[in-house]
Amino acid sequence: MFDWFEWEFTLSLLTNGVLIGLMYALIALGFVLVYKATDAINFAQGEFVMLAAFFGAVMLLSAGAPFWVAVLVTLAGMIAFGFGLERVVLRPLIGRPIVSVIMATIGLAAVLRGVAPLVFGAETRSIVMPVEDAPIIWGPLFISPIQLIGAGVAVMFLAAFTWFFLKSRMGIAMRAVADNQQVAMAMGINVERYFALAWAMAGVVSALGGIVWGSLLGVDVHLALIGLKVFPVVILGGLDSIVGAIVGGLIIGIVENIAAGYLDPVVGGGTKDFAPYVLMIIALMVRPYGIFGKRQIERV
Amino acid sequence: MLTINNIEVVYDGVILVLKGVSLEVRDGSITTLLGANGAGKTTTLKAISGVLRAERGEVTKGSIELDGKRIDRFAAYDIVSHGVVQVFEGRRVFVNLTVEENLVAGGHVVPNLPKVRAGIERVYSYFPRLKERRQQQAGYLSGGEQQMLAIGRALMSDPKLILLDEPSLGLAPMLVEEIFGIVRQFVTKEKLTVLLVEQNAAMALDLADHGYVMENGRIVLEGAAATLRENSDIKEFYLGLNEGGVRKSYRDSKRYRRRKRWLS
Ligand SMILES: Nc1ncnc2c1ncn2[C@@H]1O[C@H](COP(=O)(O)OP(=O)(O)OP(=O)(O)O)[C@@H](O)[C@H]1O
Ligand SMILES: [Mg+2]
Repeated sequence: MFDWFEWEFTLSLLTNGVLIGLMYALIALGFVLVYKATDAINFAQGEFVMLAAFFGAVMLLSAGAPFWVAVLVTLAGMIAFGFGLERVVLRPLIGRPIVSVIMATIGLAAVLRGVAPLVFGAETRSIVMPVEDAPIIWGPLFISPIQLIGAGVAVMFLAAFTWFFLKSRMGIAMRAVADNQQVAMAMGINVERYFALAWAMAGVVSALGGIVWGSLLGVDVHLALIGLKVFPVVILGGLDSIVGAIVGGLIIGIVENIAAGYLDPVVGGGTKDFAPYVLMIIALMVRPYGIFGKRQIERV
Repeated sequence: MLTINNIEVVYDGVILVLKGVSLEVRDGSITTLLGANGAGKTTTLKAISGVLRAERGEVTKGSIELDGKRIDRFAAYDIVSHGVVQVFEGRRVFVNLTVEENLVAGGHVVPNLPKVRAGIERVYSYFPRLKERRQQQAGYLSGGEQQMLAIGRALMSDPKLILLDEPSLGLAPMLVEEIFGIVRQFVTKEKLTVLLVEQNAAMALDLADHGYVMENGRIVLEGAAATLRENSDIKEFYLGLNEGGVRKSYRDSKRYRRRKRWLS
């Protein structure tokens, strides 16, 4: 029963799933950074990506900037946005129940989705990367250059942030803040500054996510929907784990591609959109803290 | 070194917990602050270390001076930079970090890496058991090891003054003995100054040079540790001994009467 064509088909679905999965992981990383440091669930992660893509597209199309300049400006803009947001909206909420921060991010998401088209216009724009459009053909595989770049950027940043949290003094301090704010404060750590840093880092990740996803899907308000994919990814991998974001991203990317390849022809399409959430619900039932998430340590 | 002048502390804008506390900690000494549950000992330490704000507490009156400089308006991280560090009651290590990462976090205010490394080695020399467990997640250490880590982590900031909140809590007597011995070495070998909050009055007064007793948000008794050890109220209420020096059950001491006498 071994079918050569089927095997090639599966392999190409897998490859695609891995690349897309890494790109999901990049977005999920922004979410994880904020959760790790501040315990806040950022419901506006998708909107961050959308905003960054708008920055990038406007720089490229309206301002006519070279690609690398557009990337740098987007990065700078999103870092400023992260710091500003922490200062203006989130800092006044320090010490309040965490649910107020969550509500604030939900509100922020709605505001960004509403205001972005007003400021930037409603039409769909494109971000064109300075690379060949034609797919790279490698044996039986057709690989999109944009996806390859997206996955490459994702791997780079996932590795960089993993190093940051495990090895750098700042990264360790940030984990200390996440572990216990009051004690971190008593150890001489400026907790507010680390909160701001976490949001700025989410800005950096969103800037790159916005550029790669924007060039893949086009830039308009619908790009924010990418944020919804973050939830199955981080629920699977663990809200506070970078490795979890990678693994969760890969699983979701692969599952949705396989589902689309094999189930869509049977049921008539659409499985890609709900397969990740089925997986998420199962994950919540069997392992609510995720594959790599920290379990609450009971011992005192 | 540290002078507290008549401070009041209010939580949530209305709950008055410290009602005019004054105390002094001399350079190179061990001073102990004793008192029953809820007396305000922990609140006093938090006022000094500046972490009250995290629980919506505030010093509303009086002043806290470190070597003549007012620190009661400083942010907590600034106070650590000035050489004052608090070890919290109940240990409160960073449970998700390894032992060594806890120490690195404790050395946050130390500017350069070689100094942090030297600091870690200094902690390991006092607590060799931590070195054996250096890569272990701190949440899985035993209670005694966590207490050592909490003290070692505080030492990492290279302080002048350590505020210790009930280090004996929940530990076996032998371990308490060991930890108190190390605290004594901090003073003799490292020239540190210690403010020790304790429920275990007998051990605290053995270790300390000077003591204060707190009741209900006020200092009610003060003196050299040796004098306090001989004080009949302390003997009966905290040390559980009656006039003849015979151990007495805690239940027998008439707490209300004692408190009344201290306050008058
Ligand atoms: N964050 C807070 N908000 C409101 N009240 C508080 C807060 N922290 C402490 N208190 C109150 O202040 C009083 C003194 O508390 P504190 O913790 O300073 O006592 P303590 O002497 O350390 O007691 P223990 O020996 O039990 O540790 C208590 O009545 C307590 O209920
Ligand atoms: Mg206390």
